[in-house]
Amino acid sequence: MVFDHAHLLGIEPLSQGDITTILDLADQYADLNRRDVKHSDALAGLTQINMFFENSTRTQASFELAGKRLGADVMNMAMQASSIKKGETLIDTAMTLNAMHPDLLVVRHPQSGAVDLLAQKVNCAVLNAGDGRHEHPTQALLDALTIRRAKGRLHRLNIAICGDIAHSRVARSNIILLGKMENRIRLVGPPTLMPSGIDAFGVEVYDNMEEGLRDVDVVMMLRLQRERMDGGFIPSEREYYFRYGLDAEKLSFASPEAIVMHPGPMNRGVEIDGEIADDINRSVIQEQVEMGVAVRMAAMDLLARNLRARAAGNGEVMA
Amino acid sequence: MTRTLLHDARLIDPEQGTDTRGWLLIENGHIVATGSDAATPEAEERVDCAGKCLAPGIVDLGVKVCEPGERHKESYRSAGRAAAAGGVTTMITRPDTLPAIDSPEALEFVSRRANEAADINVLPMAALTKGREGREMTEIGFLMDAGAVAFTDCDHVVRDTKVLARALTYARGLGALVIGHVQEPTLSAGATATSGKFASLYGLPAVSPMAERMGIDRDIALIEMTGVRYHVDQITTARALPALRRARANGLDITAGTSIHHLTLNDLDVAGYRTFFKVKPPLRSEDDRMAVVEAVRDGLIDTISSMHTPQDEESKRLPFEEAASGAVGLETLLPAALRLYQSGDLTLAALFRALSLNPAKRLGLPCGRLAVGAPADLVLFDPDKPFVLDRWTLRSKSKNTPFDGQRMQGKVITTYVAGCPVFESPNA
Repeated sequence: MVFDHAHLLGIEPLSQGDITTILDLADQYADLNRRDVKHSDALAGLTQINMFFENSTRTQASFELAGKRLGADVMNMAMQASSIKKGETLIDTAMTLNAMHPDLLVVRHPQSGAVDLLAQKVNCAVLNAGDGRHEHPTQALLDALTIRRAKGRLHRLNIAICGDIAHSRVARSNIILLGKMENRIRLVGPPTLMPSGIDAFGVEVYDNMEEGLRDVDVVMMLRLQRERMDGGFIPSEREYYFRYGLDAEKLSFASPEAIVMHPGPMNRGVEIDGEIADDINRSVIQEQVEMGVAVRMAAMDLLARNLRARAAGNGEVMA
Repeated sequence: MTRTLLHDARLIDPEQGTDTRGWLLIENGHIVATGSDAATPEAEERVDCAGKCLAPGIVDLGVKVCEPGERHKESYRSAGRAAAAGGVTTMITRPDTLPAIDSPEALEFVSRRANEAADINVLPMAALTKGREGREMTEIGFLMDAGAVAFTDCDHVVRDTKVLARALTYARGLGALVIGHVQEPTLSAGATATSGKFASLYGLPAVSPMAERMGIDRDIALIEMTGVRYHVDQITTARALPALRRARANGLDITAGTSIHHLTLNDLDVAGYRTFFKVKPPLRSEDDRMAVVEAVRDGLIDTISSMHTPQDEESKRLPFEEAASGAVGLETLLPAALRLYQSGDLTLAALFRALSLNPAKRLGLPCGRLAVGAPADLVLFDPDKPFVLDRWTLRSKSKNTPFDGQRMQGKVITTYVAGCPVFESPNA
């Protein structure tokens, strides 16, 4: 299977084969990351710039580590503090960076579609590290790898995604990815946190946790943003926790082997009970973080191979 | 006095609802005779139309020219040229400039600029409230004396219903026409797309089409209360149509328009975050589009406008949510509208009823028809001629058209204002 994309902007353009290619390579990098010497030269000589227009600690650290373990020269730019504040447009910022000849550009932006726009204006490979409410492809890929390693397969599973679906790019990318891999997806949450037109997504929608979690193999919790808690979307934190927070009682409706996932950072006692999150028999939250580095290494490696092939005049590679 | 005879034409008469072979005689800038017999009257000048369509020139209700304030986006000169090339013989201009046209002095300035710079007819509208802020009504009487043909705050909805009720009551007293934008403003705040699967997939803040229905419901109640003459600028959703139909049946003085973009495009066109497709209200679902086309065919929706809104490259080359709304339309209005003719949805007579006759009638203008005595504001066009639109060939200063690179059919051959050609196609 040939991975023939110039950028990783979302899950939507990827085929089943593309997804499997990334996950297979990520499995190898996961093994590398557990060795004493965690180093490869796959990205040696290449420059990776992380541009985060929105605060992030984990994702940025994960991309930085992934790049460094593959031997790239990694630079972090905190865009919130820089030229954007001085009134420069996104495209001008992109053109400026482009002139510095980066090879890999990792971008997070608070507006949907901003990373696509940027990718049209630069010559390097662009990885979307989250744009608005649109997509967060590496998160969905690391979730998929975690599921595949825990369950032994990534198809014909019953998966519940719970919480703030409407504002979540993680949910969107996961719905697309898990759908492409032929799983049954349930969305569970209050109707105020469900996106419009959800009936057309090929998913089952529940507003009750007990029904939504019944017999599922995977429970994916989403982070509830602080700004949604003030009565606009839900009445209060405590009512939300009572009705939608994952605790032992609600989890008992799921399959006995069900795993619990969370993209982090968690609000303990809001969407998830602390004991569930820490239960090593159920929670794979730490594995998700570990797989994050491996998946990002795999994605950057594949994109860099295409860059090199293109530079070598092998014209087949384009997306 | 010279007489001009346009013969061998396909006469599109929206008043009679006919599409017939014939001739038309112009004298002193007016239509003095039409006919279909082989024997044509004597004339000093004879134009062979070679069987092409001759229709009343388009009366485009709701054009934005960016004077004063943003002349780099569109001036009266560039808009006038674009209009003439698009078969638009009368532009009804919007007051949403910087500053808004909300005083007789500002209105006189734009009227003077329009007369100096444009060959076609330009009739200005004025703001309904000062600064389009929805707090105090403008000097409606003085503005009418200065030539305002209608009053509108454009896409700013007057939120305070008491302010609007008073403005409508005052306007009724003067017989002024008020044009409203129907939206529930708090529900649509911040929205850049229509809610549904597409907006959810793309992660764009969206508004339910129901916001339009809520807007029209409130305004209909106010029309009933005040008796004002009222026109809805754009109906774009199926949900708003039953309310409009009931209001008509109840005898209220309400008419409605729609934009060419909502008639020919839908929300899927925004795919890839293409900001040239960002308009206000946002593009709707295909079901809504088809319902609106049917409402135009039935005559429930009276007018079709370009909603010409020039935006420069800088205001469009931004992430979708930040990008400015609006699309230019003067030059693409006719070929885009002809898609509805090519698809069999509307006859040419029905199309020109909505493009020319109805807007003229609503504003009390003598143009928009092929009747004897009407001004000879005409468009001669080939409805079938195919072309691929290149936005850089547009005469507007701004090139923000959603039709760039698309195949279209229909080219203007000659545009006449008061019997004089103001545009002649270079390759006809």
